[in-house]
Amino acid sequence: MEALKNKKNWPLWEVFIRSKSGLNHKHVGSLHAADAEMAIENARDVYTRRNEGVSIWVVESAHITASNPDESESLFDPANDKVYRHPTFYNLPDELKHI
Amino acid sequence: MTLEAKFQARIDDEVKIEPRDWMPDAYRKTLIRQISQHAHSEIVGMLPESNWITRAPSLRRKMVLLAKVQDEAGHGLYLYSAAETLGVEREDLIDELHTGKAKYSSIFNYPTLTWADMGAIGWLVDGAAIMNQVPLCRCSYGPYARAMVRICKEESFHQRQGYEIMLTLAQGSEAQKRMAQDALNRWWWPALMMFGPHDKDSPNTEQSMKWRIKRLSNDELRQRFVDATVPQADFLGLTIPDPDLKWNDETGQYDFGAINWDEFWEVVKGNGPCNRQRLQDRVKAHEDGAWVREASMVYAEKRRAREEAENQNTRVA
Repeated sequence: MEALKNKKNWPLWEVFIRSKSGLNHKHVGSLHAADAEMAIENARDVYTRRNEGVSIWVVESAHITASNPDESESLFDPANDKVYRHPTFYNLPDELKHI
Repeated sequence: MTLEAKFQARIDDEVKIEPRDWMPDAYRKTLIRQISQHAHSEIVGMLPESNWITRAPSLRRKMVLLAKVQDEAGHGLYLYSAAETLGVEREDLIDELHTGKAKYSSIFNYPTLTWADMGAIGWLVDGAAIMNQVPLCRCSYGPYARAMVRICKEESFHQRQGYEIMLTLAQGSEAQKRMAQDALNRWWWPALMMFGPHDKDSPNTEQSMKWRIKRLSNDELRQRFVDATVPQADFLGLTIPDPDLKWNDETGQYDFGAINWDEFWEVVKGNGPCNRQRLQDRVKAHEDGAWVREASMVYAEKRRAREEAENQNTRVA
């Protein structure tokens, strides 16, 4: 029954737009569409009515795996105590140039 | 610290809440209600204006009106997808609209009788909507705030095109001026009602402000709208239909007359001039589109199955 109900509704797609060449695709929102082709066309009408993009990616929301925000502390913990990864960690004399 | 206290601390620090973050049930419910009502308003809001698309006085006006109504469809879609990040299904939200369980802005239950109404709606209704929506760009819930940023950017053309219509009529013949004044007379008070009941009669305001869903109260927003709009009416040479409207030197704001809240509640309850017609039109559009939704789903399934079969065949070969 659940499967039948899901089939009746168009699946949800996440939309990513490259606003101009040289920039990343960026998530802008989501929409419903029967298939990928329709998702691209709908994304054009919904998210680029004012020339906001030169390229569109769509991906079915169900295919996205996201990290769990409740575990973000432990997930990102390895980076927390590694200040030596930043250039400001190193004290060099002021008279040095171009470094 | 309890989850609830941690959540409030984040809000107080102006850290946005994102879909998968923990949030109190009441916060989620409030947002679902508010965002879906907002979405419904955009969609139902297309109806009064679509009434005039085929009768726009010039090709330019017609193009502009079409673009505006199309924007409103887009705004509805941004908002539905923001609501869906809270774990509700689009179909269920639409059902709630169609069964009358969910509300939409009462302003759209008034009829659009003349072309000047297109001017008054853009100027006053979109003007009031912008006043409401600008603070929502800083709402604590990320997806809602981002949708509002996009909407606000697009909406300012709506207000300007409306004012331009009013300006053209106000500078036109006597009959055109009368038409503009008549539209202002009919839309002024409903536009003021768009901000909702007085603060003292708005029980949800305090909690919504604490959660930073809302940043300014109904009365504050209404006052800002009046202060911004009165000089614009003066510029048009039109008269705002409120004998009590006058500048107050002490407060530095306009004082204005009492709002007819009986009318407001009657329209909210479904007894406005067009409530039934608006809902009928929405339900009909949804039902008439059912076969399209179904057929495109079946077609997509068929293509997927065919592609899979072809892949199988190539592998066998």
